[in-house]
Amino acid sequence: MDIDLITNVFYAMVRTGTPLLIVALGELVCEKSGVLNLGQEGMMLMGAVIGFIVTLTTGSLALGFIMSIVAGIVMSMMFAGIALGLNANQVATGLALTIFGTGLSAFIGAAYVGVPITGLEPINIPVLSEIPIIGKMLFGQDLIVYLSFVLFGLVYWFFKSSRLGLVVKAVGENPHAANVIGLPVMRTRYLAVAFGGAMAGLAGGYLSLAYTPLWAENMSAGRGWIALALVVFATWRAERVILGAYLFGLASILNLVAQGLGYPVSPNLLAMMPYAATVLVLVMISSNVMKSKMYTPMWLGKPFHPHS
Amino acid sequence: MNGQTVESSDTHYRLQLKGITKQYPGCLANDKVNLEITPGEIHALLGENGAGKSTLMKMIYGVTKPDGGEIYWEGEQVTIKDPSSARHMGIGMVFQHFSLFETLTVTENIALALGDDAGDLEELTKRIVEVSKKYGMELHPDRHIHSLSVGERQRVEIVRCLVQDIKLLILDEPTSVLTPQEVETLFVTLRQLAADGCSILFISHKLNEVRDLCHSATILRGGKVTGDCIPAEAGATKMAQLMVGDDTPISTDYAKSAGGEVFLSVKDLSMLSDDPFGATLKRINFEVKQGEILGIAGVAGNGQEELLAALSGEHILDKAETVNFADTAVGLLDPRKRRELGLGFVPEERLGRGAVPEMSLKDNTLLTGFLQGLVSFGLINQAKTEQFADKIIADYKVKTPNRNAAAQSLSGGNLQKFIIGREILQNPKLLVAAHPTWGVDIGAATAIHKALIELRDQGAAILVISEDIDELFLISDRLCAICDGELSPSKATTETSIEEVGRWMTGVFDSPQDAA
Repeated sequence: MDIDLITNVFYAMVRTGTPLLIVALGELVCEKSGVLNLGQEGMMLMGAVIGFIVTLTTGSLALGFIMSIVAGIVMSMMFAGIALGLNANQVATGLALTIFGTGLSAFIGAAYVGVPITGLEPINIPVLSEIPIIGKMLFGQDLIVYLSFVLFGLVYWFFKSSRLGLVVKAVGENPHAANVIGLPVMRTRYLAVAFGGAMAGLAGGYLSLAYTPLWAENMSAGRGWIALALVVFATWRAERVILGAYLFGLASILNLVAQGLGYPVSPNLLAMMPYAATVLVLVMISSNVMKSKMYTPMWLGKPFHPHS
Repeated sequence: MNGQTVESSDTHYRLQLKGITKQYPGCLANDKVNLEITPGEIHALLGENGAGKSTLMKMIYGVTKPDGGEIYWEGEQVTIKDPSSARHMGIGMVFQHFSLFETLTVTENIALALGDDAGDLEELTKRIVEVSKKYGMELHPDRHIHSLSVGERQRVEIVRCLVQDIKLLILDEPTSVLTPQEVETLFVTLRQLAADGCSILFISHKLNEVRDLCHSATILRGGKVTGDCIPAEAGATKMAQLMVGDDTPISTDYAKSAGGEVFLSVKDLSMLSDDPFGATLKRINFEVKQGEILGIAGVAGNGQEELLAALSGEHILDKAETVNFADTAVGLLDPRKRRELGLGFVPEERLGRGAVPEMSLKDNTLLTGFLQGLVSFGLINQAKTEQFADKIIADYKVKTPNRNAAAQSLSGGNLQKFIIGREILQNPKLLVAAHPTWGVDIGAATAIHKALIELRDQGAAILVISEDIDELFLISDRLCAICDGELSPSKATTETSIEEVGRWMTGVFDSPQDAA
């Protein structure tokens, strides 16, 4: 393989892994607070379709991305109102959100299928982006990819060294104890869910405005679900989430490269690779039960009644 | 703090409660309770489970609000709206069920509770070390909570209160989780704190501890104050009568028994816990004879759950011969087969494992009573099941409207009587009971103890695992203790002492071999 091909593989790996990384980071924060939101897929699709329509009608990519985020937050607050406000079952509510988001986005976007727009362009940082192999991967990307680097750093720092991160962890581990020592359990959870929604919306917007600048029904193609699995197998650690997301990206790209080079392997098997490889690797690194438990939010998915 | 002077009260009290009333649906938890504490005083709040002690404490700490009455703090009437305002006033509380986070370190846990007052973590770590040294409570600030023993966790809770400027420390049943030696250490700390001018409110139902430690006592029963006294002067009987009322028998002595043939024998049981935070069992050997009660003491989390799972069949072992019922090796058998061989089992959790909370008593009867001919050809014999449920309720005086009441609607004591009755009426050859009277009032506890003794006298082998060392001395014929997955030697109850069992509970014993 020549240098150019390798450079492009690494570039595409990060690009493909980015939406997964963003949505998984959002879900990570949400789950750390003890709330399991299975609505990622629905929120992503809503973010994708709203962002696309806004950009198409106003011509502004910035406004498109902002409205993607807003759409994700609105969707997540519907979830929070039912699952936190009314203490409904989180799994059922999340599933309903995904079904709702999938249907609604298809309905709203029906008229826009196949309409082309000009997507977000990469920004090549001078000199740095010329570095062989990793230059293009790290410094020849678009704005949202750079933003995802920053987001990763923020989430990592948030749980490693910030006081608010401690509060989120505490609320997810034992909300009753947190309540008794005076931490705002409900407010923390609403905010965490909202962050998850914002990230899912942004990831959706990235799909329809940058990654493949068009709208297609169900275009998130299961990334929301993979993100959920990614968070679990990454044992709720940001550094493993980013590893898993790029692994998924790499496997997706190698699949295309392999097909392009004409290796005699069934394309169906190759298409399975990103999903299988991501899960397999993460299962292997999360096999230490004790260490995994240290990072698992123990109250995940269970409702909390402050006055019982 | 939002204290506004409405009417000045006697200022030499640090805390004064006047006519505090709290109504829960269907239950008057506190009825016009009065209480006063002066600076430097250790004041006991005595009462049975359900007497309203915890409710009163939660109101002082701002977790719940009173429906009526007034609270005065250093002479000023105050409304304590939440725990953080209580904390700012100088009130600290150590909960019975610790409010700690297992995956965080000691420093992080303390920082969380302090909120914005925590300041720099390194400074805080220094303060923690300083305070813990001053009061003789050694702590490693960087350790994670899950790696600490229960006694150490309690220290974290206490130190968490002490790193701030504290004027009143509330401890809810602090000794129930400690070994006798740890209790002594705790008392030294509390006396030193009181000498420094801190008021201490000590909640307990253990009379001897209150007499040891406290300057004064308020006694609650059924939400009402039934008396105030100076514990050192008032007799234990008088305090006990104030606690439980006149009509409840307080204690009985039971004759000890030597037992007959060995029924349960455990040989070289080593086992990894299913729970990553659990204890690993290390080469455990013991025997229980027919007509004998063996008591296993120990602080929670030292391998009791694992041992119970290995005996009940919830955890299938690697080798059949590790656990034997008489001559049958049962290590590979599932719970049902073990029950067929004569096992009765009372798990530590009443709701969730001993009984299904949402199901009626009748259905809960079927849960373990299926071997008593209640099921034929896969169909439930309703009439027989109802009969059996009614028999349990009548024989064991379970207070319930009828057999169709949901298990969760019963009080802890009544449900426990039901579960014990259900197991005993099946005439088990071996009864394994975990914490049989945990959270149960004295009346029900006495009834349960009597039932166990009767079963023993009928020739059953009984194993009781409990954290309540007084209970074990009362009913066991032979005693041992479990610590960090190892079992101490066993001795006849009459030949050992609380001090010796206390040492065993901390892991000080010569050989893990069973002497029986």
